[in-house]
Amino acid sequence: MMGKQRVKFTFVSNMVKEPVIYNLGRDFKIITNIRRADVQENMGWVVLELDGEEDEIQRGLNWVSSTGVRVDPVSGDVIDG
Amino acid sequence: MAFVNGLRCRECGREFPAEALNVCDFCFGPLEVEYDYATISEVISRDKISKGPISIWRYEDLLPSDGDDPVDIMAGYTPLIKARGLGKRLGLNNLYIKNDSVNPSFSFKDRVVSVAATKAVEFGFETLACASTGNLACSVAAHAARAQIHAVVFIPSDLEKGKIIGAAIYNPTLVSVKGTYDEVNRLCSEIADNYPWAFVNINMRPYYAEGSKTLGYEVAEQLGWRLPDHVVIPTASGAMFTKIWKGFNEFACLGLLDGVEPMSFGIDQNTAHHPAVTTRMHMTQAAGCSPIATAWNAGQTLVKPVRPNSIAKSLAIGNPADGIYALRVINNSNGSAYAVPEEDIVDGIKLLAETEGIFTETAGGVVMSGLKNLADSGAIKPDELTVVYITGNGLKTQEAVEGVVDPLMIKPTMTSFEEQLSLRQSR
Repeated sequence: MMGKQRVKFTFVSNMVKEPVIYNLGRDFKIITNIRRADVQENMGWVVLELDGEEDEIQRGLNWVSSTGVRVDPVSGDVIDG
Repeated sequence: MAFVNGLRCRECGREFPAEALNVCDFCFGPLEVEYDYATISEVISRDKISKGPISIWRYEDLLPSDGDDPVDIMAGYTPLIKARGLGKRLGLNNLYIKNDSVNPSFSFKDRVVSVAATKAVEFGFETLACASTGNLACSVAAHAARAQIHAVVFIPSDLEKGKIIGAAIYNPTLVSVKGTYDEVNRLCSEIADNYPWAFVNINMRPYYAEGSKTLGYEVAEQLGWRLPDHVVIPTASGAMFTKIWKGFNEFACLGLLDGVEPMSFGIDQNTAHHPAVTTRMHMTQAAGCSPIATAWNAGQTLVKPVRPNSIAKSLAIGNPADGIYALRVINNSNGSAYAVPEEDIVDGIKLLAETEGIFTETAGGVVMSGLKNLADSGAIKPDELTVVYITGNGLKTQEAVEGVVDPLMIKPTMTSFEEQLSLRQSR
């Protein structure tokens, strides 16, 4: 089933220079659409929308997580007390 | 009536109607409530507030829902106590405790949930939901019971027993997730997209968060319409920290504080700073989960997520949604952030109990140890007016302090009693 997912990637220093989003779009059938970002020398985050088959998006996100990039829902950490 | 113009994206400024939304569909930034302060300034007054209900709804003009028929279990207007014993121990002569552990479900969460539940009912939702590490679950279940709507609360399976029972007693659908906090979090975001439920800290978040402003209003009112020199606050997502600051500035801009002239809020209501608000905002986090304090101490403007490993589970948010905004408040208020060593948390709980007779949870232990650090370092001067926020009750996290139980074990005789008493006194 096709779907869209809003996610936030957080990059730590050793991943900041890696083309993770490019690779995600190249290696999986996912359209990546960046909406907001702040990338600095030692860390950064990117908020984006992913469009594709739901299973493919999940496979892509599992791969992103495996690289060491943190993946969160775009609403942030909702566990709050 | 509620004086709300709508919602506004905190990042790009786009405006949205006041509906069950929490994220800007253009830039995915967080949405905040936008008020009609011009009208509020015409109707609000100290006298009107003073004659209001003994709950957060005395400030209804500054909340995103009217107080005509709130979902109210009498959250708020909790005691502000002059802390003589604790102050003497720390060398602080003008110290007050805002004791929010005495709210109906025993934490400050009743403030935010009362607002979120009221909006949920207004919007026509029939189910109130949340993802929680405990306090929020208790509060959501209690307010849903009051409103006579369904509650679904998601908790990590390793939660403290006191919090599980504290939520379950209200008969919600309790979902215990066998997974990490992050996994509970992701699951709930997905569920929120697929079920017509009011998740208080997801699609109700803009309204929910506003409830924390009342922690600022009450302190100002209880101090005689003035602000403290310092506040010390336990912090998880950063939302409460930023909303207390917003509450102080709203009171100042509306001319409700003693000797303070009203001022325009400007274009961005959420960053309004009245120059008369000189309160220094001090944040405390547990060292096992201190992403905001770590960023502040390193001089960074971004908050690096961490994997929580702390006994202060109610503060264990590894990727705080309002972290960057909390950093700005610290900087704007000339405040500070401190990561309390894990081993000092229980000492903080004991310090408050032994000096003031207040039993707080682990988050309270964090803020007490943070306060002690500020006093010891001289960051707070002895005569400066200081308020420390205690946001949760110790009965919920008894596991953390089980070691304090060390009774005299005696036979039912006078001799045995006197022997053991003598032994104890000679320790």
